Amino acid sequence: MTATKTDAPTTAPGEQPADETEPVGSARSERLSALVQQHGALAVLVIVSLVASLSFDSFATGDNVSNMATSSAFLAIVALGMTFVIITGGIDLSVGSLFALGGVLAAWGSRHGTLVALLLPLAVCGLIGVVNGLLVARSRLAPFIVTLAAMLGARGVMLALTDEGAETYLIGKDSFLADLGQGSTLGVGNPVWVTLALFVAGAVVLRRTRFGQHVYAVGGNEDAAALMGAPVARTKVLVYTLSGLLAGLAGALNAAWLASGVTILGGGMELEAISAVVIGGTLLTGGLGHVSGSLVGVLLLKVIQNVINQIGSLDSSYQQVVSGAFLAVVVIAQTWLGRRRRLG
Amino acid sequence: MAPPAEVLAVRGLSKTFPGVRALDGVDLTLHPGEVHALIGENGAGKSTLIKVLTGVHRPDAGDITFQGRPVAFSTPMEAQKAGISTIYQEVNLIPLLSVARNLFLGREPRTRLGLLDFGRMHREADEALRAHGVRVDVRQPLRTLGVGAQQMVALARAVATDARVVIMDEPTSSLEPREVETLFSVIRRLRESGIAVVYVSHRLDELYAVCETVTVLRDGRRVHHGRLADLDRLGLVSTMLGRDMGEVRSEGLTKFTGDHHAAAGEPVLQATGLTVPHRLHGVSVGIRPGEVVGLGGLLGSGRTETAKAISGALPLRSGDVVVAGAPLRGGSTPAAIRAGISLLPEDRKSEGIVPGLSVRENIALAALPRLSRFGLVSEARVDAVVDTFVRRLRIKASSPHQKVGELSGGNQQKVLLARWLAMNPKVLLLDEPTRGIDVGAKAEVQKLVDELAADGLGVLLISSDLEELIEGSDRVVVLKDGAVVGELTGDDVTEDKLMRTIAGDPPAPGAVEVAATDD
Amino acid sequence: MTETALRTAPFDKTRVLAWLQSYGVYAGVAMLLIVNTVITPHFLTAENFRTQAVQVAPVVIVALGMALVIGTEGVDLSVGAVMALAASVTALYLGYGLLPALLVVAVFAAGAGLANGALVAFVGVQPIVATLALMVGGRGIALVLLPQLQDLHNPALASLGSGAVAGIPYLILIAAALALLIAFVVRRTTFGRQLLAIGDSRPAAQLAGLPVRRVLVVVYVVCALLAAVAGVLATARLQASDPTSLGNLMELSAITAVVVGGTPLTGGRISIGGTVAGAVLIQLLTATLIKHDLPPSWTQIAQAIVIVCAVYAARGRGKR
Repeated sequence: MTATKTDAPTTAPGEQPADETEPVGSARSERLSALVQQHGALAVLVIVSLVASLSFDSFATGDNVSNMATSSAFLAIVALGMTFVIITGGIDLSVGSLFALGGVLAAWGSRHGTLVALLLPLAVCGLIGVVNGLLVARSRLAPFIVTLAAMLGARGVMLALTDEGAETYLIGKDSFLADLGQGSTLGVGNPVWVTLALFVAGAVVLRRTRFGQHVYAVGGNEDAAALMGAPVARTKVLVYTLSGLLAGLAGALNAAWLASGVTILGGGMELEAISAVVIGGTLLTGGLGHVSGSLVGVLLLKVIQNVINQIGSLDSSYQQVVSGAFLAVVVIAQTWLGRRRRLG
Repeated sequence: MAPPAEVLAVRGLSKTFPGVRALDGVDLTLHPGEVHALIGENGAGKSTLIKVLTGVHRPDAGDITFQGRPVAFSTPMEAQKAGISTIYQEVNLIPLLSVARNLFLGREPRTRLGLLDFGRMHREADEALRAHGVRVDVRQPLRTLGVGAQQMVALARAVATDARVVIMDEPTSSLEPREVETLFSVIRRLRESGIAVVYVSHRLDELYAVCETVTVLRDGRRVHHGRLADLDRLGLVSTMLGRDMGEVRSEGLTKFTGDHHAAAGEPVLQATGLTVPHRLHGVSVGIRPGEVVGLGGLLGSGRTETAKAISGALPLRSGDVVVAGAPLRGGSTPAAIRAGISLLPEDRKSEGIVPGLSVRENIALAALPRLSRFGLVSEARVDAVVDTFVRRLRIKASSPHQKVGELSGGNQQKVLLARWLAMNPKVLLLDEPTRGIDVGAKAEVQKLVDELAADGLGVLLISSDLEELIEGSDRVVVLKDGAVVGELTGDDVTEDKLMRTIAGDPPAPGAVEVAATDD
Repeated sequence: MTETALRTAPFDKTRVLAWLQSYGVYAGVAMLLIVNTVITPHFLTAENFRTQAVQVAPVVIVALGMALVIGTEGVDLSVGAVMALAASVTALYLGYGLLPALLVVAVFAAGAGLANGALVAFVGVQPIVATLALMVGGRGIALVLLPQLQDLHNPALASLGSGAVAGIPYLILIAAALALLIAFVVRRTTFGRQLLAIGDSRPAAQLAGLPVRRVLVVVYVVCALLAAVAGVLATARLQASDPTSLGNLMELSAITAVVVGGTPLTGGRISIGGTVAGAVLIQLLTATLIKHDLPPSWTQIAQAIVIVCAVYAARGRGKR
């Protein structure tokens, strides 16, 4: 009784979705909305920073800026991986747990030398990323539920390693690792340099390699990408792996910075990272976005946090309200623009 | 003149899907520089043939020889790499990526460092598109282009991969006339450079404008092949629909009893000037109570769109629908249903049934508010309705609680009919009500349509089955390319007249075969 | 044709997975009960059962709403944040008495649900994205309203949290009543039928003239209201409002309960009994591991594995 199933569906134009509208996007309005999408966050960042430095004497000081930069670095590295995942149309909710796990593994491994301290978190978090990717790409499970489970699992592993969070491993003072986290070069903290290097590399990979093209293609239209010969499954596995690796690395760097593997970190970090990526102009439905936007998004979140702290009377929880509001506005705008542009 | 060696030869291709033989020993031969029309109605096997050629499906039997060597593609990519490219009806590119990146995805030029060489990519993309008469900023996202220009990008991509054969599956269905012209000039250029084109379309004008040869498929078999010029439009349409011209209908093959419907009084439905961008251009249809109005036309002529526009499922740019004298707010399905319009959609599986719910729940779905009190479903009332219709339509299910997804096509269709009849509609829009259902169920549905009309319902009947359309309808409104091109009434409701109107031939073509019934 | 195929291979993988999806959760609960009866001392006591039930009650209540949302092929990530919001608002308005406070909580929760539902139904945002904003911002609002844990001294609230009828705590009674109510809604009401139809096939539901948008909005409002109820009950039991940690990871627990209970993420089918059993299964699993001195880390890893297995079993079913 499947007679019509095999042949009919592709041919009748009457079977196209009924809700589509005409292409409206004239080149100019298209360019304008693309501009807002890509650089809106940057404009807001500049304005907020200007207002803040005029309003608070303690904002534009070297100490405060370098503090903000260093504390942004770890979130930025996580957001970098998240950017790749979201551009493919996926989501990775496990990064907060992987961040914490990476930190603990680095601190635990630092007893066996810096190499182990760096490679162990990368290996374990990368492996969890591979598993995420395989479950999403090969078994075709929903990314949010897979990575939600991974979030729980990774947290479990982390707790198991630390005697249920009771034990905090320390990182020796004079190691290369400690220097990587706490030292500075040319007056700028080392984690900031690492972050910048990673973002440059990330931008090159995303914009200038075939893998980057595949990431965009998979998120833009998975079926078309497959027909055009993009290795869809491999691309997906790779982005989740990358996200896991970067979350683990960020955790390791953070541990080096704090000189210990703190077990309570990372809760809610996945939300911060997603917010930063989306605020930075990456489409949550995939296919569009850039790593520089995510960096701006992270900085914006951190500047706002800093401002809220400067206004002594405001509780830091306003930070979450602002992020949530930003997120809602950006998502509504994206959906609205996307619907206007949908092709007929 | 010896013909050049064939670039693609398909012999005895067969493909069976569960329950249907989609291809049955099909042959197809293409020579370099040949533009070949591949036509057939729904279910004829065109899509399956294309999918086999492009590596989406594997054939059960038969072989494909491409450029002198036997081939068996297992993915679309293999076919593309070998030199068979496909352009789909709906542009299959990535809208958010730039034009150049779409053109080069998977084969981007790279610098010595292994990074993408954008300078070269943009330059070459620009050149390639200019060659096809398209001038755009190749850095812009693809979606900023019009559909026609996008289709050209798809074409440029298909050709750029050193294709020897380009398959175009209804490439013009969303193009403006001007864009169609551009496409044709590109096709002519392809022909000159020795590329073979398989052109699938239902627009006869286009076929005659660009194609030299033709293959007609019907029910999975090749029923005709040869030079297109040897077959006039009427001949083409009748071959496609499987009718001999002048064939005298000795007896009704359908269960319709004939034209007995009392078609009198004011129209129960009057649709005027329905316009949907790219789909419908001012279609008007009126139906009187007790009348069955057929919508004739080839695939893609706008029949389904007309039905959907009337039922509020397709937003109108302009046009009015009046039901029993009361104007209807456009674009709202609930409003149309309240006014008494019921649509049996063409795509039963994805737009009709709710597969996971039971027969009972599917039948009661639309009428739920009426079968409920204070938001609670009155099981007794539902049972009564379900009982009535299961018996009246003879729905065969193990129990009313069986999932509809498990039923046969015919029974699913009856469940949908029951769903609408439970609403006591004034107008029934039936889009391919008997497609893909078995002979017995088909006869029952046809009989039912007759009975319903006799009870005073207005029925709009869309069917690709000519017999069904002719014998079932009191009147046939003929559509072509989204506009009404003719209306057949009374004794004019015949297959010959219908095919002639669809083909758009002048009244006296002098074709010998037509003479028998032409008066 | 497909029927013959099934008959000739009665033990194929899909059938086993299908059975597991529908009844695996009950088998799991039964197995855990049996195992515990044998290996855990003092397991079969009323006291133990009461404790377990009280602990699982808020999860069950949230999971009921989540089941409705998942039935429409959606998901609501904001339930934990809404619980926190309910806790703060309760603390703020408790001065006016319990009932007025509850009314204000209901208004806040309905507003949250309305925001989610409007984003999904009218703006057309994917559910996971739409509810993410409130997940991030909702807890922030809760913390802005009430920056830190606050002890509450209200006899009415206290009795709501720890009172009992015939030895059965209110908490359990309320959760059971809500489960029955939601099961009734799904099975017996117009709304329930429409909800399932929308989740199973949105195009068909639309063409059948169902009020798709209205149903979706109502579903998200109901989910938020149920999360608020859970938030209030948890607050009542604690005798304190704790917007910082109340409802943390609740979205995960609720989704787990629903999915483990055999409701597919693809919508169109809701098993309320399974959802309750799913919550109980996770609770028993946790309790078992804890009672045998296995650390909480094991519970989390076990829970993660259970989720992946449940989703894997549901894969490709539910919809064809």
